[in-house]
Amino acid sequence: MRFQLIGVNHKSAPLEVRERLAIPESRLPDTCRDLTAYPGIEEAMVISTCNRVEVVTHTVNGHADLRGFLHDHFHLKPEELDPHLYEFREKDAVRHVFRVASSLDSMVVGEAQILGQVKEAYATARAVGAVRGQLDQLFSRAFAVAKRVRTETAVGSSSVSIASVAVELAKKIFGSLQGKNVFIVGAGKMSELAARHLMAHGCASIFVANRTYERAIGLAQKFNGQAIKFEDLYATCDRADIVITSTGAPHAIFRREHGEQFLARRKNRPMFFIDIAVPRDVSPEMAKLDGIFTYDIDDLQQAVSSHVADRRKEAELAEAIIAGEVERFEARLSTLDVVPTIVSLQDHLETIRQAEIDRVRGRLGQMTPEQEIAVEALTRGIINKVMHTPITTLKSAAKESEATTVVDVVRRLFNLQVKEKDGAAQPAAKKDEVGTRQ
Amino acid sequence: MSLLWLRFALACYFIGLVYAFVALSRTSDLFSRIALHAASLGMVFHFVSLVEVLLSGRFVWASVHNGESLLAFISMTFFMVIYAIYQTTSPGVVVFPVVFFLTFVAALDQQPVLLTQFVSHQGWLIAHIALIFTGYAALLVSFGASLLYLLQERRLKAKKPTSLISFLPALEVIDQIGYRSLLLGFPFMTLGLITGSVVAITAPTIGRVDFLDPKILLSVLMWAVYMVMVFTRWNSGWRGRRAAFLATFAFVAALAAWAANYFSTMHRFAS
Repeated sequence: MRFQLIGVNHKSAPLEVRERLAIPESRLPDTCRDLTAYPGIEEAMVISTCNRVEVVTHTVNGHADLRGFLHDHFHLKPEELDPHLYEFREKDAVRHVFRVASSLDSMVVGEAQILGQVKEAYATARAVGAVRGQLDQLFSRAFAVAKRVRTETAVGSSSVSIASVAVELAKKIFGSLQGKNVFIVGAGKMSELAARHLMAHGCASIFVANRTYERAIGLAQKFNGQAIKFEDLYATCDRADIVITSTGAPHAIFRREHGEQFLARRKNRPMFFIDIAVPRDVSPEMAKLDGIFTYDIDDLQQAVSSHVADRRKEAELAEAIIAGEVERFEARLSTLDVVPTIVSLQDHLETIRQAEIDRVRGRLGQMTPEQEIAVEALTRGIINKVMHTPITTLKSAAKESEATTVVDVVRRLFNLQVKEKDGAAQPAAKKDEVGTRQ
Repeated sequence: MSLLWLRFALACYFIGLVYAFVALSRTSDLFSRIALHAASLGMVFHFVSLVEVLLSGRFVWASVHNGESLLAFISMTFFMVIYAIYQTTSPGVVVFPVVFFLTFVAALDQQPVLLTQFVSHQGWLIAHIALIFTGYAALLVSFGASLLYLLQERRLKAKKPTSLISFLPALEVIDQIGYRSLLLGFPFMTLGLITGSVVAITAPTIGRVDFLDPKILLSVLMWAVYMVMVFTRWNSGWRGRRAAFLATFAFVAALAAWAANYFSTMHRFAS
């Protein structure tokens, strides 16, 4: 088990830092490929959401230079990035992945969205072959754990989502939401959720603008709203009292001059921007304007933090489930680690047995079927008896920290080569070579 | 003994005054209810005192202290109307101290009397006082609302969920209170000035109207600022800081116009 994880999240890094690390969806496959090509990394996956950017890897020796990768990849100086990074290895990395997938590490503990986002990240990495063996196991288990946490605890229920917090804030500005208009910019899941909440509280109509016009139409139809062409965004945005924006644009799409335009056309009636995009869609300059109220993802977190306390008890229950699951996963994975060795040991001895039988068959002459069976049983019996202790030792060693040593000894004693899952024989020498290169 | 009842009212308003100071730092539902009830009781005493003045037989409305008392009462009525519509006591933060101050001054001693005996059209004079005081009260509420708007705006911009946000109504509600008071007050103020002019022109002792009199100049200034406020609000929806500056300016102008009573040659009180 040589998992290694590095990343930033809403707790470790301010939005300004997360913005610079955010990887757009379109560039995820390339980043995964870059990672697997990086020295010491066997498998890799990137989770990039508005609240976290995490690189999960399975490494050659558990000591890959992931910080170095991040510095190179994002062209950031160590002093800019390092204070915000957290790094987990092995068991801790497993626990962290389980916690993330189960939404215990989320800004709003228990929100369901993160699981979907992790699944998407997993699918992307898998499609480019960056996730094959160990990470595959890890994430398959993580999804199962997330499901268990969801069904066995109440962490996900009565979800105080960003959406309901947004509604609360909107009410502090507008009082009643009756007759207010909502504009969704960038048709994402989260904005859809927020819009649904706002509509449920009496908002009158919805406009949707998206770079892909078809998606805008699709979402607008769900709410009986109106799809707006993205190029008409600035001309129509002032019609909305509440703007939920979550585009993947690399720079702010709402700048000061836009805010001034909107306010002039609205006769200074206030506007509420819910900016759940990372990088942010609303520039801080615009947020300073009188009459423009902007809450970005971090501000929303502040607002929800009080609700988090209510769920602490359920979260503790979930943490216990995860602790158990981490132990189980670790045990299973280590057993798996020795399985290839056992299989090749069995193969090796079976080959010897067959060869020996073939060799003595000439001397014994024609054997009756009964004799054939007896010889078969005799040789197989010897092999099994001889093999019994080494296999038991291997299996029990797998659960201990000495697993690698025992496996190594057995391999060397019998001169074994272990077949990898993808079928290609991996001579031990190649790994060593990669390992020494760093 | 109108002063007795007025002093009872003052005691009640004192609770409102304490509320106004406390409400700024903490929210207490219980306290706002206590303040509301105290203010209601105060209004009852206040009303009794005003009726007593009316029944005293002498026409003394146009005296400084009775005027102040009446203005305080109208302001309280505004506060109660707002409470009935919006269920919020927060305008009290501004209204209560002003009402307390006016009532306090009015309850100090017996009042000097305005030169009413020289006024020929007493009906006009009553209309003038009632209208202009309603205008003043509306202006006060509007001024208070613009301050509360600023406060709530700051809180929302600071993004720190504090107790004050729950004490203040939603931003748009504050805005509505301010704007409606402004709109309501404007015709009263305008008509009040017109009736005042009629009284001045027709007063036999004055005869010639001095347009450079400070009372007239300041009244016109106040009215002009008031009109600018209504216009900017209607035309470009000025809110927040700019609106608060204008409202403060209008309020100061109103205070100045009021204070002009003491040095105007036309509109002054007998000593």
